[in-house]
Amino acid sequence: MIQTIAFYLFASIVIGSGVLTIMARNPVHSVLWLILAFFNAAGLMVLVGAEFLAMLLVVVYVGAVAVLFLFVVMMLDIDFAELRAGFMQNFPLGIAVAIVLLAEILFGLGAISAGPIELGTADGSATPVLGQSNIENIGALLYTHYAFLFEIAGMILLVAMVGAIVLTHREQKAVRGHQNISKQNQRSPDEAIVMRQPSIGQGIDL
Amino acid sequence: MEIARSFGLMVPELILGGSALILLLVVAYGGRSVTRAVFIGSATAIGAALIFTVSTVTDNVTGAGAEAFGTQFSADSFAGYAKVLIYLAAMACLAIAPAFLKRFDALRGEYAVLVLLAVMGMGLMVSATDLIALYMGLELNSLAAYVLASFLRDDQRSAEAGLKYFILGALASGILLYGMSLIYGFTGTTSFDGIAAAISGEISTGALFGVIFMLVGLAFKISAVPFHMWTPDVYEGAPTPVTTFFATAPKVAAIALLSRVALDAFGDQVFAWRQVVIFAALASIVVGALGAIGQNNLKRLLAYSSINNAGFILIGLAAATVQGLSAMLVYLAIYVVMSLGSFVAVLMLRNGQGEQLETFDDIAGLSSTRPLMAWCLLILMFSLAGIPPLFGFWGKFVVFQAAVQADMVLLAAIGIAASVIGAFYYIKFIKVMFFDEPVDRATGKATPASWAILIGSAILVSPLAFLLARWLGNQADTAAASLFLG
Repeated sequence: MIQTIAFYLFASIVIGSGVLTIMARNPVHSVLWLILAFFNAAGLMVLVGAEFLAMLLVVVYVGAVAVLFLFVVMMLDIDFAELRAGFMQNFPLGIAVAIVLLAEILFGLGAISAGPIELGTADGSATPVLGQSNIENIGALLYTHYAFLFEIAGMILLVAMVGAIVLTHREQKAVRGHQNISKQNQRSPDEAIVMRQPSIGQGIDL
Repeated sequence: MEIARSFGLMVPELILGGSALILLLVVAYGGRSVTRAVFIGSATAIGAALIFTVSTVTDNVTGAGAEAFGTQFSADSFAGYAKVLIYLAAMACLAIAPAFLKRFDALRGEYAVLVLLAVMGMGLMVSATDLIALYMGLELNSLAAYVLASFLRDDQRSAEAGLKYFILGALASGILLYGMSLIYGFTGTTSFDGIAAAISGEISTGALFGVIFMLVGLAFKISAVPFHMWTPDVYEGAPTPVTTFFATAPKVAAIALLSRVALDAFGDQVFAWRQVVIFAALASIVVGALGAIGQNNLKRLLAYSSINNAGFILIGLAAATVQGLSAMLVYLAIYVVMSLGSFVAVLMLRNGQGEQLETFDDIAGLSSTRPLMAWCLLILMFSLAGIPPLFGFWGKFVVFQAAVQADMVLLAAIGIAASVIGAFYYIKFIKVMFFDEPVDRATGKATPASWAILIGSAILVSPLAFLLARWLGNQADTAAASLFLG
């Protein structure tokens, strides 16, 4: 029973936060919703007994999203003063979200202890679980049965890397400005510093 | 021993992948001075892969003997036929690229390496008999294609084409993956044989959704209506040698992949996908024909022409019989030759300053200023329109024949009626070249490789090619039979 409730809780929050990811006007909010979606997807993975994938999802995606988040913050012109102005206003909402996440953790822990979820009857044609840990199973399959596809994935990553370099790398034409010591030494304070006292409201000519 | 046998079956892919890695190192260390050698090396690698593939086409290779790595990869005659077309088209596209790229100061060895990797991806696509292998091949090809589309990175149109292709391609991949996950969820397996076994009999609604989503994702890749929006923009914006490549090799790969998914994995569920394919086929023929009428840019026009042709090819698939598949493969071969020739002709249209000419105004009266080019184009355009003495007619004929034999007379009738609309703009091409006031803008100066490809493709679709019709038909029959028996 508790697994079913936990499943629907995780699933509906994944969908809800997924929708909000694309609906949010503020890119920073989008990223935060995305993180919520990933966390809940990880929760779903735990429910079906794939704890390794759950950890991978959190480590890789939430980690990668943190970088994405940094890029968004750095590259977009976001007015942080305005964002902070709403902080107190949104404080109750923030607390509510925190409580939801806490409840989820407790639910999840309770659900795991009650055993794995029954998602339906298997038709028996899938590869049976070998009774080892997730990591051992994945490793045993990935490097034997799926070795060919694993290598192809490597080629795809190579193409992505070559592509990124082809499209962005530019050969340096001019040598970058080196320090010219004699030029530095020849400068005197008289030429380098100009004192002005502009009247209020007037600019200065340089 | 199993692994050695598996590697033995995928020698062409190993050659392509291995030489791509070596040539990448050569480019990285050799810089600009080795670019030409890298182009030649890439073409040689594709040629070597071609030699190893030819034997699988002529012998009827099928079933478990052709399967490698469990059931993930199949080097049967069907894959062999598609690979031969892909390799030939890719070699032609490599031959025409250097002169063009040099004029834009973008001649870099990575181009050839990316083409090589894309070709490897296409080989995996047509050989894939597993959902994961299918997706891996598709992405290897697509990622390389996105980069190639924006290869002239300083040209705004090229960059736009790459971005557009990337975003829409990623969306299509997402839809395809969603469909694949549904199929996996409802069948519990990713191999085509396993899927076919699991959903024999009544198909569940969920699996049906999966089939439809997969078809949508693949329809995007072959630019079938209603997922064709990207085609004119990408074909127009991408550098012309890249457009030539897009219109030929990846089309073959995506169509072969679609056929294998439809007839191998969902071969017992024909009713589940037939309506979708019929709709896409008719819509592609009509939209491809009507959309092209208002175009003034030749590359856009040829993009609509390729949408139109995708429709005719899908008619062969909709028949879902050995004859239909064989007819489709014949059409595919003829289509590759025709579109190779016509895009190369557009590539060769340059004015005295070396700028590309791309509009109808530029080719007015070409017959009096550049007669050879105009006559080659005349043959290609009449062939694309499907006018009887030319070989393009044969492709349309076999496809419609297969549709009629599969009791789809109405589909064939609508297709034939719509192909008349398409004939309008092909004939407009000829009217502008032969009956308009000459403007004499095109210099007609081009590399020997371009001339060879243009004249060669014009000969291959001329009435002379009917001598090859029986031979081509036999190869296509073998290939089609291997998919049905396997």
